[in-house]
Amino acid sequence: MKKETRIALKNLGKINPENIDDYLFHGGYQAIAVALEMQPITIIEEIEKSGLRGRGGAGFPTGIKNRFTSNSCNDCERFVVCNADEGEPGTFKDRIIMENDPHLLLEGMLISAYGIGASKGYIYIRAEYYLSIDRLKKAIESAYKRGYLGKNIMGSQFSFDLEIKLGAGSYLCGEELTLIESLEGKRGYPRIKPPFPAEKGLFGKPTLINNVETLSHFPSIITNGAEWYSNMGTEKSKGTKIFTISGNVNNPGFFEVEMGISLHSLIYDFAEGIKDGKTFKGALLGGAAGTFVDNSMLDAAMDYDKLKERGASLGSGAIIVFDENQSIYDLLYSILRFFKHESCGKCVPCRIGTAQLLSLMDKLKNEENKLEIINEILFQSEMMAKTSLCPLGQSPILPVRSAIKYFEKEIISQSIIVNNF
Amino acid sequence: MMTEEILAKYKPQKDNLIQILHEIQDAHHQQYLPEEELIKIAKYLNMSMSSIYGVTSYYTMFSTKPRGKYIIRLCESPICDMLGSDKIAIKLKEILKINFNETTSDGLFTLESSECLGLCGNKPSMMINQRTYTGLNEDIIELIINDLRNE
Repeated sequence: MKKETRIALKNLGKINPENIDDYLFHGGYQAIAVALEMQPITIIEEIEKSGLRGRGGAGFPTGIKNRFTSNSCNDCERFVVCNADEGEPGTFKDRIIMENDPHLLLEGMLISAYGIGASKGYIYIRAEYYLSIDRLKKAIESAYKRGYLGKNIMGSQFSFDLEIKLGAGSYLCGEELTLIESLEGKRGYPRIKPPFPAEKGLFGKPTLINNVETLSHFPSIITNGAEWYSNMGTEKSKGTKIFTISGNVNNPGFFEVEMGISLHSLIYDFAEGIKDGKTFKGALLGGAAGTFVDNSMLDAAMDYDKLKERGASLGSGAIIVFDENQSIYDLLYSILRFFKHESCGKCVPCRIGTAQLLSLMDKLKNEENKLEIINEILFQSEMMAKTSLCPLGQSPILPVRSAIKYFEKEIISQSIIVNNF
Repeated sequence: MMTEEILAKYKPQKDNLIQILHEIQDAHHQQYLPEEELIKIAKYLNMSMSSIYGVTSYYTMFSTKPRGKYIIRLCESPICDMLGSDKIAIKLKEILKINFNETTSDGLFTLESSECLGLCGNKPSMMINQRTYTGLNEDIIELIINDLRNE
């Protein structure tokens, strides 16, 4: 039952991440060698055929994004950017990849850059990830020394430079257009879409932004072919996904499995069930900008579209599990506090809205007309979803609506209990 | 390292600002960005002080106030919160006798909070400078702080 299928984590524990020879010994940099023999457009077609979708949370088809960026202009300068600003609460998959197999990410970026014709790339990483940064720096240094980065890679016409850029503590900078602002050295304020990064991104040039996990699938897709990859997973969610499970479980951690696995299997086979013999009450799927589920959803298949049909989200693959003792009111409060803290303040609906939601949660505790206040919380979050500039203000509706759907009675009863802070 | 030496490593381009700020802050023994250094950066990058301030005030890792030798960043993400980071916060405040965003009078510790550090398990986590600590409880906290005091 409990068997992982590892693609992004294929070298985990097998190689010394600080030694390029270890990576080479395990087939490293062979995919870029294969890729360099192919036409760039064939790379994009392979990625398209593989069915790979963005692992950062949105699940947008990666191949289409590659094609857009490639087609946006002829012979102009383009960039590839790796989004390593992992910060969605409960998510730590990218950290595991970067700490354990930094060259895999580099190779993924090389393939993606060759495919779209970019000669410069950036890894934008949150500054708190010291070990990841250290290992990526060492990896880049040794890749330059061995000719896997720089001019005429492996004797080809393809040249590529790669640089690490640090964030400085901002959740919002994980949003792609905000990330670009930060890469340009500015405050992390989101830009208005369109134009999308594929048309006008970093320094006004077409920019392809992919998540660490997404890029880490590129080498295996090129080596083994799109068909091999698309045989894994479900009809519309192909391949594997790293799920990071935390909370009241016996074995919290990260597990890379084929898409389509049931939530039940992840929680009971991989995370080994609920701690201290307690019972499963629910889970938060996809982090703070995710959705609550209860035990009626344990049979759900982890698939972007099937979860969406049932009102839930896969997001970044974070699964936060809680037992019968967890107060949903407290958890929702904590999530809304998080959004208030991370709101950048640029657009009014989010700046005022996130503060309003938190004060409505306080009001829920102090006043009698609880149903009315819950409706107000719902109304405000919907309004924010419709009018906010970027995904941050559009997100509170997800946990709010799902928490109310599954746990309304509890939220009300828990808001009566006196908080002994 | 001197500010001038750090600046010399970078081209005078605005997109280097965040990287420069990190290096200058890390090089300062009080882990902060003094105004006189910011003025040097502004001149070097040909930027106004208000634009620089706009960046330092936006990002939570930058500080324009002196900080301690050890910066404690307690994770207060919804997960750590659910797993009891509030108890750790109380304990830290009690041992260090300071509140969040304050520094102990001996200049050793600054207490800060952080959003999700990506160290989610079934106990709360924190960082002290570059080191990560996870599986925290109130007893462990006491040991960690005492160890650092004696270092």
